[in-house]
Amino acid sequence: MDGAPAEGNRASAPKGRGTLTALRLTGAAVRRGARPIWSGVDLRIGQGEFVAVLGPNGAGKSTLLDVLLGLLPLSEGSATVLGERPGAARGRIGYLPQRRNFDAATRIRGREIVRLGLDGNRWGLPLPARLSPSNRRAEGRVEEMIELVGAGAYAQRPIGSLSGGEQQRLLIAQALVRRPRLLLLDEPLDSLDLSNQGAVSALVQRICKREGVTVLLVAHDVNPILPYLDRVVYFADGRCVEGPPREVIDGPTLSGLYRAPIEVLEASDGRLVVVGSPEPASHHGHHHGPANAR
Amino acid sequence: MTLPLAGLSPNPVVDLEQMVEFPFMVNALWAGTIVAATAGAIGWFMVLRRQTFAGHTLSVIAFPGAAGATLAGLPLALGYFGACGLGALVLAAVSRPGGKPGGAGESAAIGTVQAFGLGLGYLFVVLYGGQLSSLEALLFGTFLGITTGQVQTLLWIALAVLLALAAIGRPLLFASVDGAVARAAGVPTRLLEFAFLLLLGLAVAATAEITGALLVFSLLVTPAASAQRLTARPGWGLALSVAIALLVTWVGLTIAFFSPYPVGFWVTSLSFGLYVLVRLGADTLGRATPRTALAAETT
Repeated sequence: MDGAPAEGNRASAPKGRGTLTALRLTGAAVRRGARPIWSGVDLRIGQGEFVAVLGPNGAGKSTLLDVLLGLLPLSEGSATVLGERPGAARGRIGYLPQRRNFDAATRIRGREIVRLGLDGNRWGLPLPARLSPSNRRAEGRVEEMIELVGAGAYAQRPIGSLSGGEQQRLLIAQALVRRPRLLLLDEPLDSLDLSNQGAVSALVQRICKREGVTVLLVAHDVNPILPYLDRVVYFADGRCVEGPPREVIDGPTLSGLYRAPIEVLEASDGRLVVVGSPEPASHHGHHHGPANAR
Repeated sequence: MTLPLAGLSPNPVVDLEQMVEFPFMVNALWAGTIVAATAGAIGWFMVLRRQTFAGHTLSVIAFPGAAGATLAGLPLALGYFGACGLGALVLAAVSRPGGKPGGAGESAAIGTVQAFGLGLGYLFVVLYGGQLSSLEALLFGTFLGITTGQVQTLLWIALAVLLALAAIGRPLLFASVDGAVARAAGVPTRLLEFAFLLLLGLAVAATAEITGALLVFSLLVTPAASAQRLTARPGWGLALSVAIALLVTWVGLTIAFFSPYPVGFWVTSLSFGLYVLVRLGADTLGRATPRTALAAETT
C-alpha cells in the first residue's frame, strides 16, 4: 500500500505522545513452567491504537495475551493494563481466544453466545425480559452488537451450523458486548478465506476507530490487516520489537531480531513478503527456505 | 416389577382413579416426577458438556454402591449417594484441568474407573453369597417398591440439586460452550466442572434408586438429547428436556400399570421412540431448508 493509510493515524504521529496509555510492559519476562518464552520486553500501546502482534509459531504471541488477561504472571518486570495490574482490568477487556470452531453438535444459538459475553459470569438465573428492565437492556445491547458485526441474518441459528466467518463475527460481537476498552483477538483471521479476512479486518478497524477501543490482534499473516494497522509488535527469538508497521517489517529490523539475515520484499500490490525468516517456530534463528509471508 | 394385569375399563378417568388408589402407584408417580425433573435438567447440561460417558460411569458406579450397602446391611440410599458422590470426586480428579470435556485421554481414564466400579459390584454380589435377590432391582429399578420415606428423601435431594443448578446455571452454560472465554471473564471453570460432576452424581444416584443402575439413561440422556435437537435456546431446551422426562415417566408408569410388562421397559422405549421421531423430524426439516452454512463456507 503506497502512502500507507496508517501513516496519518495518531499512533504513527510522534510516538504515542498525547495519547493515553492503554497498556505498558516494562522489562517484562515470562516463562511457562521452566521454559522461558520471552524476556526484556518493553511495550507501550496508546489508547485507540490498532496493533498487530506478529511472529513465528511459539514465539509467545498468545502468551502476551495471557499476561494481559492476568492468567499468567510475569517472571520479571511489570505490566499495567488500562491503568491497573493485569487481571484487575478483566471486566474492561474483550477477549477472543485462538480456537477451533464450534462443532456442528453445539446446539446453542449465536445470540446466546453473544449474550454470555455480557453476563455469562453472573450467578443465578436471569428473570424473563418481560419482568426485568435490566434484562431488556441487555437484550438490546446484544441486538446492537449483532447488527454492528452484520450477523443479524443468522444470529438465531445454532452456532455450530454457521460457517467459520459467521462464527467469527458473532465471537467478535461477544468480545465487544461489554463495551471493552481493550480488545484482544487471537488469530481471528486464521480460519477464514481471503475475502472474509479482509471483511473482518475492516470491521475490526471500524470498531477500533468508532468506539476508540484499543485492539491487539494476533496474526499469522500481516498482509490482510496491513492497511489498517497503527503499530506492530513482532516477537521472535525470545524478544520483541515494536513500532509502525513499515519500520518493524523491514529487513534490518527483523535481521536484528532474528539475529539472521532477513529480507523484506514488497510486491507490486503492496503485500509484504518476508524472505528467509526461520520457520517454523524456531527459537534459534535456524535458516530455512525462501518466501514466507509473515 | 411387573404388575398383575389390571382390567381396562371403557372410561379412562375411572382407570386413572383406580391406578392412584394404590399407595405404591402414588409413590411411584411422585418418585418418578421428582427424578424426571432432576434428570431432565441435569441431563441437558450433561449432553451439552459431552459428559454422557461420565454420567454413564456414575450410573454404573451406583451398582457397586448399592450392592456394597446391601452387603454391609446399610440403607440402600446411602450406598447409591455415597458411591456416586465418591465417583464424582474420582472423575473430577482424573479429568484434566482445563481440558476439553469428552477428550480422548479423559474418556479413557473414565472408562478405567467404570470397569473397576463394575468389578467391585460383582465382588460384592459374590460376597453376598449368590442370594442377592435384589440384583435385578439394583440393575433395572424398583419403580413399584418405593416407600413414602424414600419419596421424601428424593424430594429434598432433588430440591437441593435443582437450586444449586439454578445458582450456577448461567456461568456453567458459559463454561460449557466457551471455556476459554469464560475463564478470561473470571468464571471459575475448574470449580464449576467439579460442582457439576457432584450434582450429576447426586442426580444419577437419585435416578438409579428408582430406575436401576442400567436404565438411568432413559431419563438422563434421551430427553435431553431430544430437547437439544428441537431447540437451540437454553431456557426452552431445559424446560423441554424436563417436560419430555416427565411425560415418558408418567405415560410409562400408566402403561405398565395396565400391561404385563415392566415400567423400566416402557419408560426406556417411550423415550427412545420419542428421540427417533425427533431425529427423523429434524433431519427431514433440515433437508427441506437449503444448507446455507455450507454455501456460505465456500463463498
